[in-house]
Amino acid sequence: MSGHEFEHTFDNTGSVDMTDTSTNIDKAAIDQLTAIAEKYPRKRSALMPMLHFVQSVDGRVSPRGIEVCAEILGITPAQVSGVATFYTMYKRRPAGKHHIGVCTTALCAVMGGDALLEAVERKLGIGEEETTADGMFSLEKVECNAACDFAPIMMVNWEFMDNMTPEKAEQILDDLAAGREVRSTRGPVLSSWAHTESVLAGIYDGQADEGPSAGEPSLRGLQAAAAHGWTGVPEGSQK
Amino acid sequence: MTDTLTPVLTRNWGTDRSWTLDAYRAQGGYEGLKKALTMAPVDVMNEVKAAGLRGRGGAGFPTGMKWSFVPQDNPNPKYLVVNGDESEPGTCKDIPLMMASPHTLVEGAIISAYAINAHTAFIYIRGEVVHPIRRVQAAVKEAYEAGLLGTNILGTGYDLELIVHAGAGAYICGEETALLNSLEGLRGQPRLRPPFPAVAGLYASPTVINNVESISTVPSILRYGKEWFASMGTEKSQGFTIYSLSGHVKNPGQYEAPLGTTMRQLIELAGGMRDGHELKFFTPGGSSTPILTAEHLDVPLDYEGLAAAGTMLGTKAMQVFDETVSVVRTTKRWLEFYKHESCGKCTPCREGTWWLVQLLAKLEAGQGEEGDVDKLLSVADTITGKSFCTLVEGAIACVTSAVRHFRPEFEVGCHTPAWDYLPYSASALFPISDKEVHA
Amino acid sequence: MSEPVPMAEMIQVTIDGVEVTVPKGTLAIRAAEAAGIVIPRFCDHPLLDPAGACRQCMVEIVDMGNGRGFPKPQPSCATEAAQGMVLKSQATSEQAAKAQADILELLLINHPLDCPVCDKGGECPLQNQALAQGRGETRFDGVKREYPKPIALSDLVLLDRERCVMCTRCTRFADQIAGDPMISLVERGAKQQIGIYPEQPYDSYFSGNVVQICPVGALTSADYRFSARPFDLVSTVTTCENCASGCQMRVDARHYEVRRRYAGEDMDVNEEWTCDRGRFGFVSARGDDRVTRPMVRKDGELVPVSWPEALDAAVHGLEAAAGSVGVLTGGRLTWETAYAYSVFARTVAKTNSIDFRARSASEEEARFLGANVAGKTLEESVTYADLEQAGKVVLVFFEPEDESPAIFLRLRKANRKKGLAIQTVSTFLSRGSAKLNATLVPARPNDIPQRLAELDIDSDTIILVGERATRIPGTLTVLMDKVRATGARMAWVPRRAGEIAAIEAGCLPGLLPGGRPVTDARAVAQMADLWGGDIPTAPGLDAVSQLAAAAQGDLAALIVSGVEVSDFDDPDQAEAGVERAFVVSLESRLSDVARRADVVLPVDVLEQTEGTFLDWEHRPRPVNQVVTNPRSPMTEIRVLAALAEAMGVDLGFRTPAGARESMADIPAWDGPRTEELAVRPEEVDAKGVVVSTWRELIDDARCLDGADSLLGTARPEVARISPQTLRTEGLATSSYVRLTGPKGSVTLPLLVDPTMVDQVVWAPFKGRDMALASIGVGVGVPVTLAAAPDPKKEGEE
Repeated sequence: MSGHEFEHTFDNTGSVDMTDTSTNIDKAAIDQLTAIAEKYPRKRSALMPMLHFVQSVDGRVSPRGIEVCAEILGITPAQVSGVATFYTMYKRRPAGKHHIGVCTTALCAVMGGDALLEAVERKLGIGEEETTADGMFSLEKVECNAACDFAPIMMVNWEFMDNMTPEKAEQILDDLAAGREVRSTRGPVLSSWAHTESVLAGIYDGQADEGPSAGEPSLRGLQAAAAHGWTGVPEGSQK
Repeated sequence: MTDTLTPVLTRNWGTDRSWTLDAYRAQGGYEGLKKALTMAPVDVMNEVKAAGLRGRGGAGFPTGMKWSFVPQDNPNPKYLVVNGDESEPGTCKDIPLMMASPHTLVEGAIISAYAINAHTAFIYIRGEVVHPIRRVQAAVKEAYEAGLLGTNILGTGYDLELIVHAGAGAYICGEETALLNSLEGLRGQPRLRPPFPAVAGLYASPTVINNVESISTVPSILRYGKEWFASMGTEKSQGFTIYSLSGHVKNPGQYEAPLGTTMRQLIELAGGMRDGHELKFFTPGGSSTPILTAEHLDVPLDYEGLAAAGTMLGTKAMQVFDETVSVVRTTKRWLEFYKHESCGKCTPCREGTWWLVQLLAKLEAGQGEEGDVDKLLSVADTITGKSFCTLVEGAIACVTSAVRHFRPEFEVGCHTPAWDYLPYSASALFPISDKEVHA
Repeated sequence: MSEPVPMAEMIQVTIDGVEVTVPKGTLAIRAAEAAGIVIPRFCDHPLLDPAGACRQCMVEIVDMGNGRGFPKPQPSCATEAAQGMVLKSQATSEQAAKAQADILELLLINHPLDCPVCDKGGECPLQNQALAQGRGETRFDGVKREYPKPIALSDLVLLDRERCVMCTRCTRFADQIAGDPMISLVERGAKQQIGIYPEQPYDSYFSGNVVQICPVGALTSADYRFSARPFDLVSTVTTCENCASGCQMRVDARHYEVRRRYAGEDMDVNEEWTCDRGRFGFVSARGDDRVTRPMVRKDGELVPVSWPEALDAAVHGLEAAAGSVGVLTGGRLTWETAYAYSVFARTVAKTNSIDFRARSASEEEARFLGANVAGKTLEESVTYADLEQAGKVVLVFFEPEDESPAIFLRLRKANRKKGLAIQTVSTFLSRGSAKLNATLVPARPNDIPQRLAELDIDSDTIILVGERATRIPGTLTVLMDKVRATGARMAWVPRRAGEIAAIEAGCLPGLLPGGRPVTDARAVAQMADLWGGDIPTAPGLDAVSQLAAAAQGDLAALIVSGVEVSDFDDPDQAEAGVERAFVVSLESRLSDVARRADVVLPVDVLEQTEGTFLDWEHRPRPVNQVVTNPRSPMTEIRVLAALAEAMGVDLGFRTPAGARESMADIPAWDGPRTEELAVRPEEVDAKGVVVSTWRELIDDARCLDGADSLLGTARPEVARISPQTLRTEGLATSSYVRLTGPKGSVTLPLLVDPTMVDQVVWAPFKGRDMALASIGVGVGVPVTLAAAPDPKKEGEE
């Protein structure tokens, strides 16, 4: 119903995909992972950013990625696997170049998110947690992404695509597929999911200056206050 | 007389390149820090305590008091952890704050860390929002370069390392002990209390965990004084806050106002309901707070006012739904959220959400049986009051408040699908066919 | 000495109207137990850190001790009792009863209805709880969670995920108690499950404990699965025979056959745990080599004969030996049986040539044992509890995880709970040592006496020394000098279950029962008086000397029990001795000695008899008869008594109970002890590579024969060297290494271990396809290393 089948058989759960052992993790990647571990007072704290980095290199949490993290942190691969399978952003199978998320938590769903998801599924010919055959797109149904005043929303590579409609979404997917430049509504030109994952690993990409200070809804209170001459801070303190 | 809207945290959000250190300093940024560093840490703590700031992440615990629980004679390092895991459905204030003015947060983090004698602090931000993370990463970088972080901050001899940490998709990590586990590289499941984090938190050391908005409020208190802060709001809910309006209002968005503002005022500020529609129900503080209806429009939106109305201020996330919306649909969808986000640790949450989703799915599909609404309430009662943390209590609040206000609509689920009773197309912001929505 | 342990502060708590006094810090659920009130629980386990996960143990807290109560029920497993606290359990509180019924209902909605085919059925806490408190009919008519069944966490442990209630006892055990977190929670929410990383099975030495503590049928043992119903089993409490830890076991038998072994509960010894070797290694006597009928060698072949014929043959051979007889008892006998051999040697064979040491041994060790181990009581010895209270524990030639797993667990507990400092004087930081957070005092085996002498220890230190110390001359001398100089305490920990009892029974050439030196005339007179008749005073031969003498034709006969020639440093010599001498083998299996014997007398296996072990603490550990099949062979004592009788001597007893009565007549020895033999450590050649080795817990031990699932969890056999040795020996490009000793070579996968001491190679003493003894090397013996090709590939080519 409503795009939400009740799932009750969990055949392929319990670990990452062990049938695909391919990896791009090389000496440089191991050095980078080690450097991430050294940023923290206790190195195990680095596991989550390290797994983000593994995804940026291998397109998913690869078996090799798990083993390397375990080795660097001095923990068991089972412990790494326990973490990798807990958090939804860690992917078991290769994500697309662009990873699409459509919010279908109650508010977005009601305001059009369900239809948006169906439109995207139809457009890409894949269901949630699937990747297109050409590796260009993967799709995920996301839970509330903290942009409810922009509902319904879609995420591409965890960049905001606000106030979405099926038409806008289809255009974005067409443009991305064609290699045309698409800009996040509140951020930079979309590059790739793998790139985003490296930023999440703590490797700053210099793109903070992209995009606006805030989206339109974020400023509405401020605008209403200005219209009424309301201020929050004491008189004369505004520079 | 306080103004209806009080932009303090949001004040600079419209400024050109507001996220940069230059822009932040141009409007007086880091003045609060300068002042704080001339004070003894304990005085900074007392200032925040006296201002009456309460946690803005949901629970509303007095921030200064939380700081005072840190045993300063504990030989372990003290840690500050900023909770930027904003994930409560409807909540969308911390993300724009970190995007538009990350230095407000960084300044607040430095002052707060100073107040508790911490020399390492973390900002834990949910992973699914990369641009705000970038902005905070850049702000921290700028702050280090400007001598606002690192060793000997502003020549005062105070040292602080600030680490920006991205989550990886787990609502439960908004719960502070789950967040600590996550930050230690573990599965984000909550910890037993006691010991409380103030005594044994991160790395079993004294730790303060505060919400992004709480920490970001601290610089203004230091800069303008506790009296200024306490002059706003209501008797026990002092100061201002960001109310997040979403849903079927004309102008959804962030409205920063004194605590105690009413829903009627906020909807009016947001331009009213969308044309031709009226309010059916709203969440006062995210989906985990029991829903309210039009009869609650004048309830003061503060900790006490909402408690009196049988709900909670929560994260001040007003999700507004008009009369087109099926409450059965939203309830089921929220329950799917809780089921998806249940960490699995305790029985009532793991199994209870599993059951409730199935019961609600039957009702949404019009396949309920006689007595199913009572059963829904009975199962909710079976689940409530026994869980490890409060995640499933949010789920229960969804169900029980929805049935309390709209029982007949749930009864309809015993014969008519929700999408026939209240066609889903009517709720969407763009034209869609009903066939499409629930094919 | 340790500081006296302060008396715990006591508090009063009222539960269901019953007032109990408990130490401060006691959990409410345990306080209730003290009041005789059982609160149902799944995740709670007294030896694991609280989890508060299953929520089954909810109680009503009427008063927290401060006049205020909790509005909601609270988990009693995660709530500390407080002075003046008033609690109500399900017995007196509607709130608690409802909360528990609610949780049970929720636990059952996704639980399969497969109790009739589930191993746990009949002994399942969830089933019991459902029967006691559950609804008659389910209200849940939805869809249940399903998984493919079952998955193997290891060769030993299987997991049926849909039965799991997520109590996390298993993962907490693995992480907290054993330090082997190879199982972890994986996934989350409704999909959360126990998992391994598929490339790394749960090969922990302690994995069986998770099967035992699983409160449902989620974790089952591959060996026991579907083999019995709990209500068909007869349980017997006994003691494990697999090492000197002395673990209490609960052994379950059906149809005269042991089906499974569980750890017994003895908080002074093994608490509630045991190792997989003890738990699963009990089928070795079920093979084709089981000896059930007496055999005599005729025309070079062992053939079954009648008992009288076999005894006649034995008597004939022994009489022909005319006093030139040796007795080898192995290290696995009960105190009673060892005593029977001791009596037999002195009164029937008329010899002091008796030795239990089927392993490396030296005169220095024999004298050390006589002087410092024999004749001790539990009260005079280091105990498990002492280890927990020590200021520091030093391990010398001792790897507790491999050689005494219960000591390992106790040390790990002490380190984890109290920060006990542990030092290991060894050649590398083993996995077991790492789990103890031990500090490595690095030493080549031959340098260990020197390192030991240099240690900074005090009277609050306990030194645990293993049996391998005998291999490096001077170690035990330095040890005792150090003990006397510092006031530190010392315990010698043998590997085998019967060694301490054998020492007490006098199964050494220089030792009579109770620590009496053979050289002491009063001691000899005392025993002669008790045993009736003369006993020999001439010094006897130790095991190695007996075998050497036999090989030379200087010892005519051997009476051997439970000895493998491959256990000796020089198996060739042992074999030659057994081949040449007239051998009477008392055996349950056709061992490599029995195969070469002239007379084989079948004896029972441990589960068919009763008796006593003395664990490493000298604590008497009762062995009870598990299997009472009337077709069981005679006990070893009875066979010895029959042999004695055939030789015209009355042994004095024919049963373990009779042996105990005889032992009870022996007064405590108040005379002088054996004098130590001071041995100066040898000058060590600093050049070349020497061997470091020990027996791993799960290796090619005969007592593990047939335990295939268990053997599947053995650690990979490797040769470890340091990075420096890798370079100096020119092995850098090789993944295999060939170790060459005086008698041959073995090839093993090469593992470079940065904690390894230079110029040393470590390898397991006895692997599946290799034995260091077979190439003539052991601890501290020079060996040459060479790069080697993969032997499997070599074989293919």
